[in-house]
Amino acid sequence: MSGAASGDLAAGVARYFSRRARWRPAEVVFWLLAAGTLFALPGKHLILAEIAILGLFALSLDLLLGYAGIISLGHAAFFGFGAYAAGLFSKHGLIAEPVLALLASGVLAAALGFVTSFLVLRGSDLTRLMVTLGVALVLRELANRYDWLTGGADGLQGITMAPVLGRFAFDIGGHVGYAYSLVVLAVLFFVARRIVHSPFGIALKSVKSNALRAAAIGIPVNARLVAIYTVAAAYAGIAGALLTQITQFCSLDVFAFDRSADLLVVLILGGTGYLYGGLVGAVLFKLMQDWLAAITPQYWQFWIGLVLVAIVLVGRDRMAAWLAAARRAVFRQ
Amino acid sequence: MSRGKLLAGVFAFAMAAGAAQAQDTVKIGLILPMTGQQASTGRQIDAAVKLFMQQNGATVAGKKIEVILKDDGAVPDNTKRIAQELIVNDKVSFIAGFGVTPAALAAAPLATQAKVPEIVMAAGTSIITERSPYIARTSFTLAQSSVVMADWAAKNGIKKVVTLVSDYAPGADAQNSFKERFSAAGGTVVAELKIPLANPDFAPFLQRARDAAPDALFVFVPSGQGGTFAKQFAERGLDKAGIKLIGPGDVMDDDLLNGMGDAVLGAVTAHLYSASHPSAKNKEFVAAFKKMHNNMRPNFMAVGGYDGMHLIYEALKKTNGSTDGDALIAAMKGMKWESPRGPISIDPETRDIVQNIYVRRVERVGGELYNTEFATFEAVKDPVKAAKK
Amino acid sequence: MLTIFIDGIAYGMLLFVLACGLSVTLGLMNFINLAHGAFAMAGGYVAVALVNRLGISFWAALPLAFVFPAILGVVMERVLYRHVYARSHLDQVLFTIGLVFMSVAAVDYTMGSQQVFVKLPSSLEGQFSLMGVGVGRYRLLIIVVCGVLALTLQAILAHTRFGSRLRAAVDDARTARGLGINVNAVFALTFAVGSGLAGLGGALGAEVLGLDPQFPLKFMIYFLIVVAVGGTSSLTGPLLAALLLGIGDVAGKYYVPKLGAFAIYTIMIATLIWRPHGLFSRGAAR
Repeated sequence: MSGAASGDLAAGVARYFSRRARWRPAEVVFWLLAAGTLFALPGKHLILAEIAILGLFALSLDLLLGYAGIISLGHAAFFGFGAYAAGLFSKHGLIAEPVLALLASGVLAAALGFVTSFLVLRGSDLTRLMVTLGVALVLRELANRYDWLTGGADGLQGITMAPVLGRFAFDIGGHVGYAYSLVVLAVLFFVARRIVHSPFGIALKSVKSNALRAAAIGIPVNARLVAIYTVAAAYAGIAGALLTQITQFCSLDVFAFDRSADLLVVLILGGTGYLYGGLVGAVLFKLMQDWLAAITPQYWQFWIGLVLVAIVLVGRDRMAAWLAAARRAVFRQ
Repeated sequence: MSRGKLLAGVFAFAMAAGAAQAQDTVKIGLILPMTGQQASTGRQIDAAVKLFMQQNGATVAGKKIEVILKDDGAVPDNTKRIAQELIVNDKVSFIAGFGVTPAALAAAPLATQAKVPEIVMAAGTSIITERSPYIARTSFTLAQSSVVMADWAAKNGIKKVVTLVSDYAPGADAQNSFKERFSAAGGTVVAELKIPLANPDFAPFLQRARDAAPDALFVFVPSGQGGTFAKQFAERGLDKAGIKLIGPGDVMDDDLLNGMGDAVLGAVTAHLYSASHPSAKNKEFVAAFKKMHNNMRPNFMAVGGYDGMHLIYEALKKTNGSTDGDALIAAMKGMKWESPRGPISIDPETRDIVQNIYVRRVERVGGELYNTEFATFEAVKDPVKAAKK
Repeated sequence: MLTIFIDGIAYGMLLFVLACGLSVTLGLMNFINLAHGAFAMAGGYVAVALVNRLGISFWAALPLAFVFPAILGVVMERVLYRHVYARSHLDQVLFTIGLVFMSVAAVDYTMGSQQVFVKLPSSLEGQFSLMGVGVGRYRLLIIVVCGVLALTLQAILAHTRFGSRLRAAVDDARTARGLGINVNAVFALTFAVGSGLAGLGGALGAEVLGLDPQFPLKFMIYFLIVVAVGGTSSLTGPLLAALLLGIGDVAGKYYVPKLGAFAIYTIMIATLIWRPHGLFSRGAAR
């Protein structure tokens, strides 16, 4: 084992990981399309803003689930915490400028994540699911109890947003709102991408596949998990703050179980572990829901359920195979 | 005339007719909870709106009326986005519905900004109409019923009351307005109990109420929970212990009443509407409703929807089809008419509904359970806003 | 207050009957069936339809409220569920949530959105006095029926051949197969019984918890809490967990109404922090 051989090995490993971190053409196309919607689809900016926020929220869960293997049914706790923080900052004039308020809400959510992270370190999947869910539900009850602060079930009233960066005022058409959410999503996405391709992210992946082995080679497992949990909480908090800022309203629903459950569905739909899953899932789910709800306002849930069942029964592998076959057929012509 | 010119002429005529047609449609955005815990509210209002349009046609003041129904699942974020899309994309001239208070409140800033009348057909908290000068309400306020209940209770020998309400804004409204009026009339509220909204079991609260041994139990729970509550009330023997069940009529919702069984016979509530209200207009309304909707009995939510449509139609007639928001709201103020529930009007100062509140008792009529009205308090305004003057 | 204690026990027993099927399914086949609440709802609506519309007596309707969801469980298991056993937990979650959505909307469509009630026989209404304490007749029925069920289940588990096959399959499915135990058949039967029990729980619970198309979504959380706190490797775990939660919830709301809503969640979080695999999981006192 000469120094040269281990030096070669290190170089080989570094080359492998930097190759994986390179931007794929499909990714570039994705972001170009996203930027394009800013100009091409002005009528859809309201729902696109919601999709962007949901995508950011799903991204935060992907960091947990896809990269650290922590399953959570209470991620709405951080979403809601950030949402109320942003609402209160605006309402009481504590931080008027939206971007600063956004960052501050993210920091607060991260703090909450840090404090509760010890809860998810032990136990089985089911334990984690329930503990995280319990935290979210307790927060909801607290928000309901302290209604002098949060407005209770009526929601936080009287939020008026100052213009973004002092220049772009929120308009009723939702254009500024969408541009704002899209930019925030893009920036946070790129940061997340750097994180998962960094040594920290790679260590996390090894923890996910086998925590015992990772600990055996010297990776501080708990410290890594706490770190990613905090980051994920920050992302979720920012997503919540975005929602409050764009809709200028915040109610107890931000903590609801439905929100965490829908989030899980979105992420599983899009696929975990490659960062784009949350975004793809958000687009698919929200568009499908919107389309179905327009056709049948009362029974759209049935058709969504059917689609979900069908997707699982058919299976992602089979669908990928169909897509590949279709692509081949198209390009052969 | 050459064929070309004829064709051009026909084409131009068709274009003109089409354009005129497009301008002559008035769209109403109906935002209701069609799924989720409040789905029964959405269903009743949707049914009532359909009935109204079947009876009164889809044309008013030369304009065609188009109702766009959207489900918000009673989640205020959804309500806000849907209202925004309806206003900006579909260019609706009215937004209506709003099954819960947060939904109505979420849409209020939009109504103000876009100058689009917001017709509240279901939500019942007093402050809603204050949130925007473009809000008019055809449903009710909790305070209206609670205050009448307090008056009736004080006059009928009830001295000690325990209040039991769901822990959210309408519950607080009901409790506070009841307590204020009841204490002013000489009664005492010995305990104020709050039930979490997502509550599976009423047992501990009913037990507490029983322990306090009051003359009556004043109850408010959202319409979906009334049935379970009433059953547990009887199961626990509170009626046998001499405790009367009183409160706003939400707990004796017509939608559920018939399924509750004899346990609720004799319960006295105060409310704006009973399906057995003895007016010709109501008998006609109930019969038509049942015929159109598979024998479903209309409840107070349905009547809110029905009257909301009436308000919209009449306002359009008054403005001669103009969809200017300010003109429409001005037309709505002070409007009076005979609704299936009785005579109602829109208060010109607050744009809130002024209506009769009836005190009624649950009785078995023709084999079914109904709230039989036996006392009427006329032209009740929302007391919370009235007290502020 | 003894009445509160009895109320809590009744509530807890009801939760146990509703959730035990889920616990066994999870422990046995490692399958997360979030649609469990749909079977409970099915049982409830079957009881409502039989008693209210067809005039069948409540006592006769209860066993039928067990049978129909059980049959439904067998059919669903053979036709749909078995394609999903080998999939990841996440796919199972997606699949069963899809089923829940479909069942909620389907029931809304066929039975209407409002709450429904079961017409109880008059012998079950009201309270009677037992040593000076008021005891609700219906609550007593719940305690008796669920208690009998719990004892029967435990007896089957501990004293019959099927029970030992089931326990073997839960402990280690591969070895059990290797010993010649038909694990698939064991599972199909267990799934059916679990669904049937859920249905029975739904029928019994309609009076106390309220039955409407949203039932599976409303109560999913409580079933999951019982299973998480109770552990999935025995029946006593979920039973004690359900009792603890039932009494805790009811007593909490009675004695400390301001914090009542928190009680059930805080108990759960505290228990899971103390014993992350549930109260009576393998590795603990067994």
